[in-house]
Amino acid sequence: MPEKLILEIEGLHVYYGNIHAVKGINIKVPEGKIVTLIGANGAGKTTTLSTIAGLVKARRGKILFEGEDVTNKPAHQIVERGIALVPEGRRIFPNLTVYENLMMGAFNRKDEEDVKKDLEWVFELFPRLKERLSQKGGTLSGGEQQMLAISRALMSRPKLLMMDEPSLGLAPLLVKEVFEVIRVINSQGTSILLVEQNALAALKVSNYGYVLETGNIRLEGPSSELLNNEEVKNAYLGVS
Amino acid sequence: MRMTLPIFLQNLANGILLGGLYALIAIGYSMVYGILRLINFAHGDVFMMGTYFAFYGVTLFLLPWWLAFVVAIIGAGILGFLIDRIAYKPLRNAPRISSLITAIGMSIFLESLAVVIFGGIPKSFAPPRIYPKFFSKMLQIGSVRVQILTFFILGITALLIIFLIWFVYKTKIGMAMRAISTDIATTALMGVNVDLVIGITFAIGSALAGAGGILWAMKYPNVNPYMGFMPGLKAFIAAVIGGIGSIQGAMLGGFLLGMIEIMLVAFLPRFAGYRDIFAFIILIIILMYKPSGILGAKLEEKV
Ligand SMILES: Nc1ncnc2c1ncn2[C@@H]1O[C@H](COP(=O)(O)OP(=O)(O)OP(=O)(O)O)[C@@H](O)[C@H]1O
Ligand SMILES: [Mg+2]
Repeated sequence: MPEKLILEIEGLHVYYGNIHAVKGINIKVPEGKIVTLIGANGAGKTTTLSTIAGLVKARRGKILFEGEDVTNKPAHQIVERGIALVPEGRRIFPNLTVYENLMMGAFNRKDEEDVKKDLEWVFELFPRLKERLSQKGGTLSGGEQQMLAISRALMSRPKLLMMDEPSLGLAPLLVKEVFEVIRVINSQGTSILLVEQNALAALKVSNYGYVLETGNIRLEGPSSELLNNEEVKNAYLGVS
Repeated sequence: MRMTLPIFLQNLANGILLGGLYALIAIGYSMVYGILRLINFAHGDVFMMGTYFAFYGVTLFLLPWWLAFVVAIIGAGILGFLIDRIAYKPLRNAPRISSLITAIGMSIFLESLAVVIFGGIPKSFAPPRIYPKFFSKMLQIGSVRVQILTFFILGITALLIIFLIWFVYKTKIGMAMRAISTDIATTALMGVNVDLVIGITFAIGSALAGAGGILWAMKYPNVNPYMGFMPGLKAFIAAVIGGIGSIQGAMLGGFLLGMIEIMLVAFLPRFAGYRDIFAFIILIIILMYKPSGILGAKLEEKV
């Protein structure tokens, strides 16, 4: 049975000046699934997500969201269509309070009642945020900032949530919590495109994976297969 | 002249007045700098244009003075928005020096435009032609005599500043402005139309400058194409003193500079002729000992 795709990337090329960062990749995210993108530093993972989000321009290729062409649409329109990004390095607004950070996530929403409900939902996922509502974003710990970055993205009520290395720099216990939350968010119906250095955890939580290498897709397959792939094991899972 | 209490109070009122006007203009510099790291040299010329709008609103379009002032303030806001759209927006991703040069060009353009359209001969902004004579009346408070105009200017300045603070800290657009000032790309990721918010920032800063120009002309009733230069420069210095990029800093710097200027002239009348130099001396001292300004965070290069 053919799956319904929420996101489809065809032959995407991205350049920074004359640096060819993404070299004609194809990626599919089926609705309701978790797809992961793994690869070494500089492989082009962040570039791919930034291009989908509208922060970086595609030189060639197509990005289809729910069947519609959204290639090179401005970032603020991409969010309104239902794609949210938890950016690399969290990018919390340090001068805004935690509450304001969350409201930034809901910037274009008019359904105030539902925004309130989503706020409660986010507090259920991360109870600690509720205690820090009036604190400035910049005063949060790294882990709390990551929770806030995820929550902020959720506040736009995305159909597709993209996360760029959400576990980076977190203590092991928090890493576990983040992956648990990814599972919960997905189980409630949100499709997820996850970029991770922590390949093992990413492949364990996801349905399908792509291995990116210097701008090309080197390997792809169901995550369970990639977990057992010799090449993946050697290069990314640290098993020899 | 001996410094008696009434004279001191008189100078205090003048200091607050001048300071408030500097603050109104300085806020616009600081808001734009906070968001784009751009020194908008055309800001002083928006101040001038706003004053001309009010002048012609009354003399040519025969509007009631208060309506002419409101229309002129809105006109200055629209002018600021257009300046951003036409001159700065196309350069958003260009090296910062390009915007800076464009800003200087925009300033020269507006001044020349004013000479061509309005003429180089100064116009008088005095009552009763422009606004009612009522404002020139003196009020006796104890042993101090203060012009009603002083209260009017102080009152309007206070109202505008309160409005601005409310706007920046209590509205969604204000929140987006504060977000943009630290991270433009991430703000766009939140669904904010960043260019629109930047345009609104220019509009608000420019409207305040326009209001500042009108109030300035009520106090110093000489309207000419270059009238924005010195107040603009002083307000810029005020913004730097307070910490450019910070709205509170702009207010503090404005009041501080206005007060110091008036008090120095009052206490050291021999140096009154050097009045304009004080501002630069203070600027140099600040730049030497606290370059980020009194309330400014450490200036970071934006990527
Ligand atoms: N703003 C930029 N300007 C120029 N080159 C860039 C820019 N951003 C990324 N690159 C280059 O593009 C390539 C892909 O970078 P990208 O950030 O997408 O990699 P990544 O897979 O996310 O790496 P990491 O795991 O380190 O986050 C790299 O060679 C990088 O040097
Ligand atoms: Mg990256």
